[in-house]
Formats: sequence, structure tokens, C-alpha cells
Amino acid sequence: MKAKDRDQSLSDSRELDGSYDQLTDSIEDDFELSTVCQRPEGLEKLQQLTKFTKKELQVLYRGFKNECPSGVVNEDTFKVIYSQFFPQGDSSMYAHFLFEAFDTNKNGSVSFEDFVIGLSIILRGTINDRLNWAFNLYDLNKDGCITKEEMLDIMKSIYDMMGKYTYPCMQEDAPREHVEIFFQKMDRNNDGVVTIDEFIESCQKDENIMQSMQLFDNVI
Amino acid sequence: MSQKTNIKNGVGAEVKLVVKVFDLLPSPPDGVTMAAGVAAWLPFARAAAIGWMPVANLPMPIAPTDKNKRQDELIVLNVSGRRFQTWRNTLDRYPDTLLGSSEKEFFYNEETREYFFDRDPDVFRSILNFYRTGKLHYPRYECISAYDEELAFFGIIPEIISDCCYEEYKDRKRENAERLMDDLEDSKDSKLPNMTFRETMWRAFENPHTSTMALVFYYVTGFFIAVSVITNVVETVPCGSTPNQRDVPCGERYTVAFFCMDTACVMIFTVEYLMRLFAAPSRYRFMRSVMSIIDVVAILPYYIGLVMTDNEDVSGAFVTLRVFRVFRIFKFSRHSQGLRILGYTLKSCASELGFLLFSLTMAIIIFATVMFYAEKGSSSSKFTSIPASFWYTIVTMTTLGYGDMVPKTIAGKIFGSICSLSGVLVIALPVPVIVSNFSRIYHQNQRADKRRAQKVQKARLARMRISKTGSSNAFLHSKRNGMLNQALELTGSTGEDRHLNKTTSLIESQHHHLLHCLEKTTNHEFVDEQLFEQSYLESALQSLPSRSPSLSSQEGITGTCCSRRAKRGSRPSSEAHKPSHMHPHTHNLQELSAIHIQCGEQRTLNTSRSSLNMRPDESGGLNCKSSSQVTTAIISIPTPPTNNSPTSPEAPPNLASNSSAGVVKVSAL
Repeated sequence: MKAKDRDQSLSDSRELDGSYDQLTDSIEDDFELSTVCQRPEGLEKLQQLTKFTKKELQVLYRGFKNECPSGVVNEDTFKVIYSQFFPQGDSSMYAHFLFEAFDTNKNGSVSFEDFVIGLSIILRGTINDRLNWAFNLYDLNKDGCITKEEMLDIMKSIYDMMGKYTYPCMQEDAPREHVEIFFQKMDRNNDGVVTIDEFIESCQKDENIMQSMQLFDNVI
Repeated sequence: MSQKTNIKNGVGAEVKLVVKVFDLLPSPPDGVTMAAGVAAWLPFARAAAIGWMPVANLPMPIAPTDKNKRQDELIVLNVSGRRFQTWRNTLDRYPDTLLGSSEKEFFYNEETREYFFDRDPDVFRSILNFYRTGKLHYPRYECISAYDEELAFFGIIPEIISDCCYEEYKDRKRENAERLMDDLEDSKDSKLPNMTFRETMWRAFENPHTSTMALVFYYVTGFFIAVSVITNVVETVPCGSTPNQRDVPCGERYTVAFFCMDTACVMIFTVEYLMRLFAAPSRYRFMRSVMSIIDVVAILPYYIGLVMTDNEDVSGAFVTLRVFRVFRIFKFSRHSQGLRILGYTLKSCASELGFLLFSLTMAIIIFATVMFYAEKGSSSSKFTSIPASFWYTIVTMTTLGYGDMVPKTIAGKIFGSICSLSGVLVIALPVPVIVSNFSRIYHQNQRADKRRAQKVQKARLARMRISKTGSSNAFLHSKRNGMLNQALELTGSTGEDRHLNKTTSLIESQHHHLLHCLEKTTNHEFVDEQLFEQSYLESALQSLPSRSPSLSSQEGITGTCCSRRAKRGSRPSSEAHKPSHMHPHTHNLQELSAIHIQCGEQRTLNTSRSSLNMRPDESGGLNCKSSSQVTTAIISIPTPPTNNSPTSPEAPPNLASNSSAGVVKVSAL
């Protein structure tokens, strides 16, 4: 009898409390959801999969684990982490694209293996590997070619990271123009899409791009 | 190799542009780096920049090199014997603290190869945890002033204490501050700097324990208040009867004596009131205060009584006035803190009291009605009307039960009992609320006002906001300096080692490099909010000059948002320039850079070197105001009016010829 009365009074007080929503709140929510904890593969396996040394993997894992104790990054955490580097703009879209690129098995979370494999390609891969990875980033629907719309999305996300306070003032059509330049440079056969071969070929011809690719050698 | 030469050519011009834009920036506070854990993700963020590279049209800036590239190592911190170990990188996350900067080298012990600090190891635990987790916690058992000292020693501002511990910290700090203030006041009371006589009097009135005179005055007034009240009471006691009359109250028997007593009391009160009025710092505010109103009400009846004659008509009113004399008892509240608190409590519990009154009134009306109709039938019933039943209901609900009105019918008795039962409940409910209010206010009276805490909270948030914007400001600031540093190093003039500000940590410089890459990718620059609004305003206010055709394709009025500023900046040194050079000042950055891509322009090394070596003795480098002359002159290197459109630029040959003119200008300055 006592338990029933207590439940009754609990539900009564919940009715009086206007902020209680029947649909979402329930007794079960009071219990903490046990967090998923994932451990990465062993160090040796990761060393085989990537081109990092053991020490580098250790450093990377420490940083990774510090920020994501559960061992996996979901998209929101990813966005939050990335946004800390760009205080002035909105980096969520670009972070979203990055997340898609890192999450190779498309399960909605980036584990340490995904993370470190991606980093290995970017930081320790050949120039061609890097260009491939970049192409994969741009190709949003992974169909092997970049359309103008895809490129426009990417471009907008990059420009969003600049924020409002820029010099010169950000024009509305700056991304679109930039996309035009890009396509003129990359699209050799003028068919409106950029394929992987066109992309790699054009990048190899562009000295700036080749130099900037070399920047990544010294990141870690 | 080609990278290096390209940078030599490119960076030189870009440096000057950057300086030009940012020489108007105020120097920002030291940048606060990003959160601890996130610093570990910086390599990832830099790797993610791969997405920008293929779309960028400009070359990327050089990356900061890790000059002393050492493996991450453990360092030992010996704090009063207790050894703490952590990675060196962990401490480097906050370079503007003691442990994160080179200041800790002062504490390095060569023999034991560890850093020794002669400080409290318990507090050091939370400080080190701050580096590890990015959150600073305040341990509750720790003394607040000891903790503050440790924070100050290690160069950490207390405002970054995380929210879970911040309330506690602020409460303790406030208590401590009040305690200090009380001590200060006590010590201050003993010494009296030359205060005016008026101020002395006021202090004497407010704090009776300050001087003997004040104490004497305090007791005398208290005594006379008591005397006055007792007189009023005794006045009405029948004391003895003359044989021929009935008992008369003492007041009528010893009229003269009582009158004299009353006069004396009123004299004292009047003098006191006038003295307070004289001494009050703000007379208007004093006259509006509750205590002074009570004083006035206490003494006024006497004077009115003096004025009025013993007229039959007004004697009734006169008697009423004497009632007000009882208000003299309220003057005791100056003498009693508790009384003041009680009054304040009642004032602050006004809503609860109001609720009590309201619910009682509802109940009274309901029950009075019921009782009236229940007792209507019985004969000789006292319940003649509903208002008459009110008296019964009140007496019953408050469980007084005088018994002058009782129900006689059975229904009346039933309802009467229900009435008394419910009365107990209704009255008992709001009382605990009032009691708890009183207790809370009493305790609150011991502490400072909570409003001060709100202000402090706002100040804290403001300070954190400043330090957060400091991180973006740090980028803008270091762009100004960092690029120059790099350019200086590259052009081989590192001999003078003109580092323009404190060396930024590697992490910071890498972060800034990342932001710079983004700027290059999008061909826009980060600016300060103020600057942005300035330029926006200028463009909105002023009309556009004649535009070069290729530019006109781009904009409305916002297109030239920053152009005007560029123009204004260049005007002072533009006397010798041909007018045609004025036009291309718009979109300087884009144009210069665009030319760099499209023409592969080869600027002579001389240009960059000569301008950079311009002022060898300036420690501030090219930041200071006079440098604006240098930089704007360089900007006036005419650029053909191009934009990012792929159309070929007009008259590239002009550039070659004009740039030499630009060089001349530079060296002339």
C-alpha cells in the first residue's frame, strides 16, 4: 500500500509540475545509461596498419582518450572539438564532412583505428595518397566524381569557418566564385564534374597545391 | 627549394599587407590557449586542413618549425618532498602560467634533475589537475586565502575555476573579505582622521560604541523611551479614589506630574531628532527613513496637544492622538538589532502573510455563511447576520473559543467543529514559511548582500569572455608579429633577433598557422570586430569613387567596405603618387595576391629586405605608428585592377614599371 501511495503522490506532483512531459520523462531515464567503452586494437596491429611509430601512436592515443574517454568519437563531440580551433566562425559543416571522411565504415562513430588510419594517410602518405584522401573528402556521395553542388557545399563550409568579421567583407557569392575557379582549373574535359584522375592530374600540375601538400610532413 | 624562394618573394609582400591592416589593432591581452585536452587534437586539426589545400588559390604560409624537437618526456615536479610527474606537453598547454612558461626553469634543480617548489603539495594537486584536465577545482577543506596565494604563485587566475566549485569559492571569498572588512572597521574606529563635527556626530549616532559620549547618549535616550512608555501605561491606572468620586486614573489625579514627565521626554526626543537631522549626510534621505517617521509620530501629538485648546469638540480627536504616543516604543528598534530583523522579516514575508490573510478570509466567509444558515432556525440565536457570524468563525478558527457565541442546532454544532478543525490547518500552514524566512534573513543579515555576488558573477563572466576573445585576438596579434618573425628569419636578418613579443608556445604558433592557412584558402582575413564595423560604417557612409570596370562586377556598397580605409591610410603618403594608383587600392590583398598567382610576379628581394631593415633599432618592429607610413607606401604599389575572376589582368607591364616607383617611395621613407 505504501509503495502505491508513493507512486500516486509522485505522479500527482508530476501533474502539478507543468514542466513535466509525459512522453520523454520516465522512471527509466533516471538511471544512467551505461556508456559504451571501446578499446582499440593492439599497438602492433596499428603499427602495421599505419605508418606511425609506436611513440607517435602513444601520444595520439593519449590525446584521443583524454577527450573521448569512451574510446569513440561521435559526430557532436567531433564538432565540438573542431570548433575550439576556430573561435570566430562556424566549423560544424566542415567538421561534418570530415567526420564522414574519417568514418570509413559508416557506423556513425569514429574509433581510434579510423582516426589513426586517416591521420596516417594525411600525414605520412604519399602525395597521391593525400590527394586521394582529399578527393574522398570532397566527394560527398562517394560516387567517384565531384559535382559543382558538392563542391559548393564544401566551399561554403570552409567559408563559414571564417565567420563574420573578415577583411575584406565576405560576399554572398564568394564560395560560388571560388567553386568556378576550382572547376575551371580542375575540370579538364568540361563535363561539369571532376573525376579522380582529373583531380590528381590538375593538382600535380599546380605548384601551390603540391607545396602545400608537403606541409603535412611535419605536423607530428 | 622552390618553396623557399617562392616564400621569400611572396611572404615579403604579404607581410607588409598584413602589417598594414593590423597596425590599427590595439594590443590585445595575452592570448589564452584553448582547452587542455583539445590541444592534443591540434595535429588532427592541422591534418584536416588537407581539405583546404586543393581549393586554395594562394600559397600557404610556412609552418612553424618545432625548433627543439624533442620527444615528449616526463618531468618531475618536487613540491615540498612530494613528487609529481607529468608529461612536458601537459604543462605546455598553458604557456601563460608559471609551469607552462620558461619561468619554471628558475626552479630547476641540476643535481636531482627535477623542478623543486617549496609550496603546499595538497593545493598543488588541484593545480596540476588543472593542466591535465583543463578544469580547476577548489577543494572545500582548503583555506581560501592559502588557495588564492598558491594560484597567484603559479600564475593562474581564479576566474577559471570551473562551475562546480565556483559558487563555493566565491562564498568563502566573500566571507573572508567581510571578516577582513569588519576587522578593518574595528581598527578604523579607534583612529579618527579629521572628520567634520557633523560626520563625527553621525557616526556617534549610528555606532554608539565608538565613543563614551555616544554611549551615554544611547543609554539616556533608551531610558527616556522606557520612561515615556511606562508613563503612558501608568497614566491610565486607577490609583486611589477620592472619597467623593469614583476611581480616577492616575493621569487625571497627578496631571501636572505626568505633564512634566511627558514634556521632559518630548524635549529629549525633539532634541535627539533635531540633532540627527543636523548630522545626517543626506537630510532628505534621513527624513524619508522609517526611523525618523517613527520619531516624528512619537513627538507630534504632544505639540499638537499644546496647540489645541481644551475644546470639547476636538477633545475626542485629541484623545486619539494620544494613542500615537505608544509608537514611542518603536524607537527601541534603534537599540535592538533583533527588532529590526523582525520588522524586515515581516516586510519580506509580505506575500506569505498576504496568502495567510487571504485564505483565512475565504474560510471565514464560507464558514460564517454556513453557520448563519444553520443557526437561522434556532430561537434566540446570536447569529443574527453573516457579519455577526464572522466573529464566531474567527474565534473558532483561531481556537480561541470565547464562548460568547455558540451554535445550538445540531447542524450548527457539526459545522462549528469542522470550522475549528480546519482553522488549525489553515493557520498552521503559512507559519513555517514565515519562520524559515525569519531564520534565513537573520543569517543573511550576517553576510553581505547577494546582489554583490551577482555583480561578481557578471564580472567573472566578463573576464572569461575577455580571455576567450583573447585567443582570437592572440591570433590577430601574432599574425602581426609572427609573420614578421618568420620573414625576418627567412631573409637572414635573424641576427638582431627581433622577436616582437613574448615567444608564443609551439602549440599557439601551430594553431595560428592553421588559421592563417584558412585565410589563404578563402582569400579573406580575420579581423577584429571593431575594425570590421569601422570599415563597414565607412563604406556605408561614403559614396563610391569611380570604379575600375573589373571591380564593378563585384559589388554593391559593401564591396568597398574596407577600401575607404585603405584609401585614407594611403592618402597621407600619396602626394607623389599618380592618381591612377589610387584606384587599385581596393581589394589590396586580393589583388596583390591574385597578381602573385597569375603573373608569377617576381619582386626583388631588395624590396622586402630594404623595407624590413628600415628600422633596425625599433624593438617594437613595424608595429608602431610610424610604420604606417612605411606600410602604406608599400601598399601604394599600384596593382592592376583585377579580382579573382579568371579574366587576365590588365596591363601587367604596368606593374613592373610602377613597382619600381613603389620601391623608391619605400626607401625614401
